[in-house]
Amino acid sequence: RWEDKTRIVHANILYDLTKGGDNPNRHYANNKIKTTKYTLLSFLPKNLFEQFHRFANVYFVFIALLNFVPVVNAFQPELALAPVVFILSVTAIKDLWEDYRRHRSDKEINHLDCLVYCRSEKRYVEKYWKEVRVGDFIRLRCNEILPADVLLLSSSDPDRLCHIETATLDGETNLKQRQVVRSFIDLVSFDPLKYNSVIECEKPNNDLNRFRGYIIHRSGKRDGLYKDNLLLRGCTIRNTEEAVGIIIYAGHETKAMLNNNGPRYKRSKLERQMNVDVFWCVIILLVMCLFSAIGHGLWMFQYGDKRPVFDVLSPEGTELSPVVSAIYLFLTMIIVLQVLIPISLFVSIEIVKICQVYFIHQDMELYDEETDSHLQCRALNITEDLGQMQYIFSDKTGTLTENKMVFRRCTVAGVEYSHDANARRLAMYQEMDSEEEECTSHGGTLPRRDSVTSHQSGKVVLRSQSTKSHRRTGSRAEAKRASILSKHTAFSSPMEKDITPDPQLMDKVNECSSQMEFMRFHSQSLNQIPPDLCDVFDFFIALTICNTVVVSSPNQPRQKVRRYELKSPVKTIEDFIKRFTPSRLTSGSNNSSSSSLATNRSSSHKVGCSMLSSPSAESTLTKLKEEKRPEHDLQHAFSPVPPNFDKTKALAQDECELRYEAESPDEAALVYAARAYKCALVGRLPDQVTVELPHLGKLSFELLHTLGFDSTRKRMSVVVKHPLTEQITVYTKGADSVIMDLIRPATDDCKGKRQRKILYKTQNYLNLYAADGLRTLCIAKKVLSKEEYASWLQLHLEAETAIQRREELLFESALRLETNLQLLGATGVEDRLQDGVPETIASLRKAGLQIWVLTGDKQETAINIAYACKLLDPEEEIITLNADSQEACAVLLKNSLQYIQKKFLCNPRPDPQATRDYAGIHFSSPMCSPASSGHSSPFLVHRLGLVIDGRTLAYALDKSLEDDFLAVARSCRSVLCCRSTPLQKSMVVKLVRNKLKVMTLAIGDGANDVSMIQVADVGVGISGQEGMQAVMASDFALPRFRYLQKLLLVHGHWCYSRLANMILYFFYKNAMFVALIFWYQFYCGFSGSSMVDQWYLIFFNLMFSAFPQLVTGTLDKDVSAETLQELPQLYMNGQNSEEYKPYMFWMNMIDAFYQSLICFFIPYFTYVDSDVDLFTWGTPITTLALFTILLHLGIETKTWTWMNWVSIGFSIALFFIVALCYNASCPACFSPSNPYWTMQRLLGEPIFYLLCVVTPIAALLPRYL
Amino acid sequence: MMASSYNAKDEDGHLPGSVGSGGPGAVKSKKPDNTAFKQQRLPAWQPILTAGTVLPAFFMIGLIFIPIGIGLLVTSNNIKEFEIDYTGVDMSSPCFSCSQNYSWNSTSACTCSVPFTLDQPFESNVFMYYGLSNFYQNHRRYVKSRDDSQLNGDKSSLLNPSKECEPYRTSDKKSIAPCGAIANSLFNDTLELFYNHPNGSKITIHLEKTGIAWWTDKHVKFRNPGGNNNNLSSVFRDTSKPVNWHKPVYELDPSDPDNNGFVNEDFIVWMRTAALPTFRKLYRIIQKKKDNMTPTLPPGNYSLEVTYNYPVRSFDGRKRMILSTISWMGGKNPFLGIAYITVGSVCFFLGVVLLIIHHKYGNRNNSADIPN
Repeated sequence: RWEDKTRIVHANILYDLTKGGDNPNRHYANNKIKTTKYTLLSFLPKNLFEQFHRFANVYFVFIALLNFVPVVNAFQPELALAPVVFILSVTAIKDLWEDYRRHRSDKEINHLDCLVYCRSEKRYVEKYWKEVRVGDFIRLRCNEILPADVLLLSSSDPDRLCHIETATLDGETNLKQRQVVRSFIDLVSFDPLKYNSVIECEKPNNDLNRFRGYIIHRSGKRDGLYKDNLLLRGCTIRNTEEAVGIIIYAGHETKAMLNNNGPRYKRSKLERQMNVDVFWCVIILLVMCLFSAIGHGLWMFQYGDKRPVFDVLSPEGTELSPVVSAIYLFLTMIIVLQVLIPISLFVSIEIVKICQVYFIHQDMELYDEETDSHLQCRALNITEDLGQMQYIFSDKTGTLTENKMVFRRCTVAGVEYSHDANARRLAMYQEMDSEEEECTSHGGTLPRRDSVTSHQSGKVVLRSQSTKSHRRTGSRAEAKRASILSKHTAFSSPMEKDITPDPQLMDKVNECSSQMEFMRFHSQSLNQIPPDLCDVFDFFIALTICNTVVVSSPNQPRQKVRRYELKSPVKTIEDFIKRFTPSRLTSGSNNSSSSSLATNRSSSHKVGCSMLSSPSAESTLTKLKEEKRPEHDLQHAFSPVPPNFDKTKALAQDECELRYEAESPDEAALVYAARAYKCALVGRLPDQVTVELPHLGKLSFELLHTLGFDSTRKRMSVVVKHPLTEQITVYTKGADSVIMDLIRPATDDCKGKRQRKILYKTQNYLNLYAADGLRTLCIAKKVLSKEEYASWLQLHLEAETAIQRREELLFESALRLETNLQLLGATGVEDRLQDGVPETIASLRKAGLQIWVLTGDKQETAINIAYACKLLDPEEEIITLNADSQEACAVLLKNSLQYIQKKFLCNPRPDPQATRDYAGIHFSSPMCSPASSGHSSPFLVHRLGLVIDGRTLAYALDKSLEDDFLAVARSCRSVLCCRSTPLQKSMVVKLVRNKLKVMTLAIGDGANDVSMIQVADVGVGISGQEGMQAVMASDFALPRFRYLQKLLLVHGHWCYSRLANMILYFFYKNAMFVALIFWYQFYCGFSGSSMVDQWYLIFFNLMFSAFPQLVTGTLDKDVSAETLQELPQLYMNGQNSEEYKPYMFWMNMIDAFYQSLICFFIPYFTYVDSDVDLFTWGTPITTLALFTILLHLGIETKTWTWMNWVSIGFSIALFFIVALCYNASCPACFSPSNPYWTMQRLLGEPIFYLLCVVTPIAALLPRYL
Repeated sequence: MMASSYNAKDEDGHLPGSVGSGGPGAVKSKKPDNTAFKQQRLPAWQPILTAGTVLPAFFMIGLIFIPIGIGLLVTSNNIKEFEIDYTGVDMSSPCFSCSQNYSWNSTSACTCSVPFTLDQPFESNVFMYYGLSNFYQNHRRYVKSRDDSQLNGDKSSLLNPSKECEPYRTSDKKSIAPCGAIANSLFNDTLELFYNHPNGSKITIHLEKTGIAWWTDKHVKFRNPGGNNNNLSSVFRDTSKPVNWHKPVYELDPSDPDNNGFVNEDFIVWMRTAALPTFRKLYRIIQKKKDNMTPTLPPGNYSLEVTYNYPVRSFDGRKRMILSTISWMGGKNPFLGIAYITVGSVCFFLGVVLLIIHHKYGNRNNSADIPN
């Protein structure tokens, strides 16, 4: 039943490894990795096989093989193989080299050491990674890299946690917590020999964020396994002394390896166009061959039976009929004229693209000094697409904005606290930035580094080995400060951390907490506190605990004091009953209040910083004196005072700050905000959150459940047991739209009225915030009765333990819980625009790019940001589409379409066709002739903005409405889609891309942009704060949005125009050369003879004329970078494919034919009726062709650098040197041309030089006109 | 960089985007070098075509080309050339009967005498060519049909010629020497030139039959097998003569051992296949008279005695005898001169036109004269 769907892992030590026959794990992949494609033996066949997947290679091999057929062969068969072999071997050598490097790195990795438990020696022994097998027990030490996917069974951490850094997997540098498997939590020390459970889990898959299965103990008890129990290969163990685990997946079956899929290959638009022209070349080739074949047949036919001496019989001495002869000749001609299909084009394009990628990489202006990151080209072969973009789809958060959240203002219980001081502070930061920027620009960046190191050296730098954190900060000056203060903490520049509290709110907080303290000491019910104070309190508690922020102290690892009793979140009903029995609740308020007091749990709490924290510490001490009760009596979270309390204080003075490592910047911003109100998060464990409050000291909230954030629910919740009230409380934090719908004011009159009032006021403030461009979050709470909780828990536990559909069940479970909430307040968090965004958008728009912003933010926020970044213009009209139903949406679209037509399409010259089409529809303004709504009429882009929300977008993306939607959208200058889901984002991109046949670029930074990035022609990822998923999926990764301008306008333009010109030149070059031979057929009885020596013929493309075009294709600049940036209009050149239009191919062909006529007939008439021999005549023609082709390239080259000169000189020199050597090498070889001493003799003839001067000039004369 | 951090570098090639190892020393700035090359700021010359650069170029080309063209044309016109067709297609032609009867299989020689008159004296060395028309010596299969190593004197190739020579490789189970279609179709007319002195006497004009082939061909490419062995008949003992030949290769010029066998210059010249179907090949050289006073060929009546062996009627060919003097640029060919004059004039003319345009419209629109 499970066999085919799951993997069962037994411990290896139960089986004798030497025999291995009965080991149930023997079928699983071992940990040896082999990323090489080939082995020594398989290299040749496998590589060739792969290369022959490219059609062109097959074609050329076919032609080369054709040469081995005696009746049709044109060249020496061996020689004809040369180009193909050359191309194939270049690729093969490249592949081999890459494979060798992979092999070396594999070997290095396979020979890393790790500690594996050995049964015979009864201890952990060192083994190579490659010897590790599924089912082995492995001991991991701090800072060690995981060799395989390991199920965590034991950790030295007192909370049985293990911290890992997943930077190598997803680029996120914050630490993640992993937990020991539940049933092993209570073990003090783990002994592999006692392990006898069986693990049943999923088959290997590549989903990094999912792992499920269960562990079956000897007793038959089952325990669920989650992704929190799994340590993934490639991660690094941090802050954990030691951990032991069992290997579940090894080697290629690890999630990291399964996620490892090489670089992406896309085919660019230019290449698609090129392929059409390659196809045309084939047609031209066939026409030429057919023409020659017919010509040859007729030529033969005219002689009739009288066979001339020069018409040689077939080798067998038989006569060939003209028809058979013509058929043979057709094949021969294909061989002779094969050069027309440029064999080296494909190779050359790849070389040029690699060079282009190299140059894009090296661009200093695309280098971000703060993050020390480059632009990355992840897709190597679509550089030229950058020059042809027409639509940009951008994410907002993190792309246009910093995604660096700064707490701005909040509203609690319907009262707004404007935080004016905070706003002033932020303004000050900006000023400081500009000042300091000036300073640093003068002083250089060196001092900055020094200061960093000096600071670092004073600390115990435990994480110094971690990869550099990729934080972005607002400015260089800020980065400087940030790097000093918080080297490794995500999302915490001082701007985010130092929040100036609003005095009014501060007073309330103090009042509230002092009251609470008072009440607690007097054992009064907390209900006595006025509700608004209560809300304030709850609000900050929610801010502090409703998140997944990890607390760390900068100078030390989390040296936790071992707890004597470990508690996990409620996991079973029995547990629940045990823990929430009324007897315990009524056991005395004194007990409960004291139990809720947490003492200093670590050396890392802040003492010296806060004046208010000292009383709390004192109170703790006094409390402790009071309560000298045996430790085991403490039911929960009560930690003893660390013996070194004084030392702690001393330590704290030097380092008083806690660090918050958050998964999203909003969370960090809110936690820092709460801390500003002295409501500081000081510790987080899987089952407990500790908050430090003024007056009250440390409060430990028992964390029963965390319902994580997801983009569908758009909220997260925590279920905690409130330490003061002992109530089970749900705190929910989420997008205002969803929270507001879930708010249910209390039914009783007085309370309900108040709550409705709060709701109303808060909504007003929310609108206000959104109008300011702030991100809003609503905070709500809910108090659950025990019965409610029990019934919910029942279902939730079922969901948690389910293996199938677990996510869905959990989702439903969360939905059940998050209802009937009570609104506490809302926060407004500012997401600052990135530097240069308005300028970039303006110049991209000038470049003719349509910019659409697709965001998950709410409409008002999005509109505001759009105004701020000049996407929307206050002068332009905005069409807002908000519909509740499909029909409404349809009507809305129709109306706006008509509106647009009325307003803008009043053509001065009415189109009669369109008028007739719309005769049936009456428009209020008869003066306007409406244009048809289909794709027939050209849509002008008006000064209109379209705003559409997610729900309406869903309707608009329906098949029936998508045309209307597009029609409206494309006539607007800017489009803003708010509240859109990742799927909608990708659907919009897909729709525009497929329906409008335009080139699309999607840019985003978060996981929610991945689908959009993948769908677009070019996906750009911002290597930002939200992890690396977007970068992983992207073709190009930028450090900042503004770099898009140079990437597109300069590099895109260059890449496109260079490559387009190079491809055209290639076609021209080959056609020109081949046409020479074709003209000759008229003078050799269409016999397929060639006056160009076969060596020249074959190496002409490969060697003689190959280098200059590569140099030009890599370095040529039609317009300078400065001009391109100043005049973005030049970008339209690429959008309209103006460098490479179909007619250009034909123009080039005509030009090629003209030039070849000149190059053929000038030597022809010069040597007509003379005693010149075939190859003495052909060699000057080759030379002339080379000169003409190079000169032609010279005319095409816009900028001449020394590279161009050198390459052209080299080409010419190469030709003559090769020719001279070749012509002197062997008097009796190289049949049939046998060019002995030909070139040498030609060089002695004045006519040769005279020809070389006049012909190229005559051939290129039309290009000067 | 990602899960593939183990080989991300390989995938990305040299791209420095991949995160290096996390070691402490790995923190190194990835800032690109600010070099002109890497920043694509190499000093560059941008040839901007303006009136200032293009016009002088045109005039320059014109001014240089036209004189060269005139020089070439004059040189070409100074070359004296005389051509006579002796194919004998007309009934009136003296060689008519020979041409009618003759085929490759005829054994008896047919001779005819073609009289002609030179109006002008031919100074200095006179080159005597035979010319063939409609003879496709450049036919693909024909060109290939030879064995260079046999001609180079290679003994093994002598007895076992290359496959390329088929079907002229063996005859009567003996290898053919020289093999191949080119050798087989060797031009075998014998031309003799007589000056009919006004006094009635017929003076034989001495025709030099060496020095007509390339020096490298005669001394390097073509060699008799067996080196300087004078007894050629024994060397070629095991070979057979080409089918169309009347005599074996070692009897091509029995009088001069240095001009016999493969190194016979008539043979060498023939083996250098012509580029075009109408071609001439150097046959003999008439050396300039020693005294320098009388021209090599004074004006007057001459007669060309032809031993008519070579049939061309089957392919409508023509046979000609050409007498020509020679200059530094080779034989008479006015084309190159004309080409230079034409290109030069076109350039000059364009220069003038552009100059006018430039003057008329140049002030209004500076880019009007930027060609292309």
